[in-house]
Amino acid sequence: MSAVIDAHHDDHHHGPAKGITRWLYTTNHKDIGSMYLWFSFIMFLAGGVMALVIRAELFQPGQSFVEPHFFNQMTTMHGLVMVFGAIMPAFVGLANWMLPMMVGAPDMALPRMNNLSFWILPFASLMLISTLFMEGGGPDFGWTMYAPLSTTYAPDSVTFMIFAIHLLGASSIMGAINIIATILNMRAPGMTLMKMPMFVWTWLITAYLLIAVMPVLAGAVTMMLFDIHFGTSFFDAAGGGDPVLFQHIFWFFGHPEVYIMILPAFGIVSHVIPAFSRKRLFGYDSMVYATSSIAFLSFIVWAHHMFTVGMPLAGQLFFMYATMLIAVPTGVKVFNWISTMWQGSMTFETPMLFALAFVFLFTIGGFSGVMLSIAPADYQYHDTYFVVAHFHYVLVSGALFSIYCAVYYWLPKWTGFMYSEALGKLHFWLSFIGVNLAFFPMHFSGLAGMPRRIPDYALQFANFNAWSTVGAFVFGLSQLVFLYLVIKCIRGGQKATAQVWDGAEGLEWTVPSPAPYHTFSTPPVVK
Amino acid sequence: MSIATRFVSSGLLLLAVVVLAGPASASSGWNMTPGVTEISRAIYDLHMLIFWICVAIGVVVFGAMLVSIVLHRKSRGVTPATFHESTRLEIVWTLIPLGILIGMAIPATTVLVQMYDSGGEDMVVEVRGYQWRWQYKYLDDDLNEQVSFFSNLSTPRDQILGLSEKGEHYLLEVDNPLVIPINRKVRFLLTSNDVIHAWWVPDFALKRDAIPGFINDMWTIVEEPGIYRGQCAELCGIDHGYMPIVVHALPEDEYDAWYADQLQLARAEEQLMEQDWSEAELLARGEKVYATHCVGCHQADGQGIPPVFPALAGNAMMTGDFDTHMEVVYHGRAGTAMQAFGPVLSPVDMASVMNYQRHAFGDAGSSERSAPVKPKDIASFAAAQ
Ligand code: HEC
Ligand code: HEM
Ligand SMILES: [Cu+2]
Ligand SMILES: [Cu+2]
Repeated sequence: MSAVIDAHHDDHHHGPAKGITRWLYTTNHKDIGSMYLWFSFIMFLAGGVMALVIRAELFQPGQSFVEPHFFNQMTTMHGLVMVFGAIMPAFVGLANWMLPMMVGAPDMALPRMNNLSFWILPFASLMLISTLFMEGGGPDFGWTMYAPLSTTYAPDSVTFMIFAIHLLGASSIMGAINIIATILNMRAPGMTLMKMPMFVWTWLITAYLLIAVMPVLAGAVTMMLFDIHFGTSFFDAAGGGDPVLFQHIFWFFGHPEVYIMILPAFGIVSHVIPAFSRKRLFGYDSMVYATSSIAFLSFIVWAHHMFTVGMPLAGQLFFMYATMLIAVPTGVKVFNWISTMWQGSMTFETPMLFALAFVFLFTIGGFSGVMLSIAPADYQYHDTYFVVAHFHYVLVSGALFSIYCAVYYWLPKWTGFMYSEALGKLHFWLSFIGVNLAFFPMHFSGLAGMPRRIPDYALQFANFNAWSTVGAFVFGLSQLVFLYLVIKCIRGGQKATAQVWDGAEGLEWTVPSPAPYHTFSTPPVVK
Repeated sequence: MSIATRFVSSGLLLLAVVVLAGPASASSGWNMTPGVTEISRAIYDLHMLIFWICVAIGVVVFGAMLVSIVLHRKSRGVTPATFHESTRLEIVWTLIPLGILIGMAIPATTVLVQMYDSGGEDMVVEVRGYQWRWQYKYLDDDLNEQVSFFSNLSTPRDQILGLSEKGEHYLLEVDNPLVIPINRKVRFLLTSNDVIHAWWVPDFALKRDAIPGFINDMWTIVEEPGIYRGQCAELCGIDHGYMPIVVHALPEDEYDAWYADQLQLARAEEQLMEQDWSEAELLARGEKVYATHCVGCHQADGQGIPPVFPALAGNAMMTGDFDTHMEVVYHGRAGTAMQAFGPVLSPVDMASVMNYQRHAFGDAGSSERSAPVKPKDIASFAAAQ
């Protein structure tokens, strides 16, 4: 058991501290990982409640439930909370738990900064959500914050939103630095770059994306702040500024951001599919190259969100071609996953179900992505529910499903107990049905002409919206099954073995379950 | 086994939905409209082409996945194969998609180039976005841009609140629609007075952002007369969902007659200035102006939506002196949603709405009412600016 800390080591902490201080002062990657995951789940529920408010209002045409002003605050806050509060912190939580164990390191490279980057989050998020209760209401201009609606015309609370975004960004950057430092410096002897597990690879690339674009977002919101309070006119045409500039800056951050939310998902699925197919990942090298090319391309496609803004023809063509190109490496990944399953020996435990659903539904989101990339057609799709359908397929049944996939896969390693497979499958099927019922009809309402971000709609969209609302509630409520399952699994159950899944590979499966508080104090040797 | 069969069958079901969506859709309101212009049809064809290519790829990819799920499962006692790489395959599935994409890019480029072929227009309409209505101005050098009007949502509030039956064109109806001729090349210049809006009529496949301080342009040639409806497509604040677009496309001769009428009306409007307005006339007109321009924010009862939009009812300004009141309405308040109405409203309308406000929300019924402000007072105020 060289993997477990041995008593002669000069480390004084043999286990966690007692009480609340354990969580406040901890520098242990597992504790911090758990806190990230719980935090993100709470934010997911908060953002989910907002989504259900939106869907309840849209259940039928007419103003039935909330005022348009509050509706706009809900769409805005839902987007911000889900992106910055739920999906991103969940991936960082998984990184904290798993990266050190996957590369055979005792902890993250910068444990104190790790503590700080977590503890910023609850405060930043509280500040963000508190804007809803301020005079004039919370931000109501969409998570994309287009100026001048978000500057000259914004409620006063926008200042607090800007500060919250700065804090969330600082936390992400610190998290990213920590992850890069860990991966580059703390790998076990023998683990060359091209032997790293895929989750490690995808997170390494994601961390670079984060460092590259979070400061850009910070710049954009700082310019907003200056326009609002210090008399500048970056985005105010009346003062010589340019409202479109904001969109360029935002999407220069925004498009890589969507890949920040999906590359780690690619990594997770690249572990789970081989494990449950009992066959090695097909085309490891090409997976690494595909991920890198996606990351590179993500920097040169931002204006595909701005086709209707009015660009020269050459600009439209460039961004159209570049966007279409992303489909190539993305396709390579999907083909590799399917080749991994091919002639494997598959079983269908909950993590595998989520992984398969990921491949299936993410690909559908990819198809609508390709359709959106066709600039002339995008004039009809842009800012309609078709776009809403597209990004929920890639973000909910993509990013979020991969997070569930990861949690089910590693939960026995974290808790030492097997979760209830029956409940897991129930959660999966309800989520799968709910997601499709909620988001598939949005393709139709969008194509039929329903704009996004409206609190009320014409009668011809009524059926699609009713279905979407039913689906959304099925999906939302079924997440409580997951909460129950996790609590149950933490409290006990069938004991998990170290290996847990017979087909799983990687250093994390060489330590006992539950993983001891300190692992790999002496590094393992990778052949 | 049963779980897996369910997975398989639900996958098939979804795929069926995707596949069936295409052909069944054109008429039944769940696909993009082919529209009524050459460009809109080209875009529709492009959309369907890409859609079918995606379906074809989907059948292959999901088909392979399904075969694997059904056949290569542990419960059938298979032993896993050990292959795990093939450079040849990787090259194949890089190059084939690349080829398909090039196949998509060519028609897409053609349509895009076609859309950018502006110039040679027969007429120009300026479209200006306001929170939350559209203004249409027929730009015509000779005639001094005399035809210009606002277009507001005309769905009654009762319908929105569910107090009365919703009409057929609920939320897609306006008081003054844009009127254009068919078979003529109409060029639109888009801009905005406040925040970014987007003007979208699906049947023309026209969507472009209206951006303050910028002028965007687009064009169309509508081929069939009719009434076409669309909506603002860029979040522009509270009532973003309530600024529809309605376009009447008329045969050329009918359009010409309509336009001549509008010119007449515009000239008559100019005469109004000279008229001696009674207070009752001003109030009646003012109520309409208020409903067109102010209701969105200050509300019909003058209570506003505090704290975002202040109440006018009971506001000291409604009983205070005219100049302060006029100052706000004429110049707006910089940095707030209260825009300058000086350039928007004619002196007659300005005088009417001010009188109306003071009457409705200020000292209505009071015996010490100050004398009504007249259009001429506004004109002289404007001249002094
Ligand atoms: C887009 C929303 C909007 C519209 C439309 C609008 N207003 Fe306002 N109005 C405001 C806001 C916001 C303020 C408060 C400005 C401030 O903070 O000083 C305001 C303030 C005012 C005030 C001054 C009230 C005070 O106590 O300071 C008057 C008078 C007024 N509006 C008249 C009008 C008239 C007349 C119209 C129609 C011709 C109109 N408004 C249309 C948003 C609007
Ligand atoms: C094949 C790959 C993809 C392509 C070609 C693609 C293309 C596009 C295009 C062109 C748009 C703009 C649509 C419009 O507003 O008119 C868009 C929007 C969006 N995409 Fe994708 N996309 C892809 C994958 C992804 C992924 C992986 C994610 C995230 C996990 C994602 C998230 C989003 C989001 C969030 C938006 C909407 C942003 C907003 O307007 O609020 N996309 N996509
Ligand atoms: Cu993008
Ligand atoms: Cu709008």
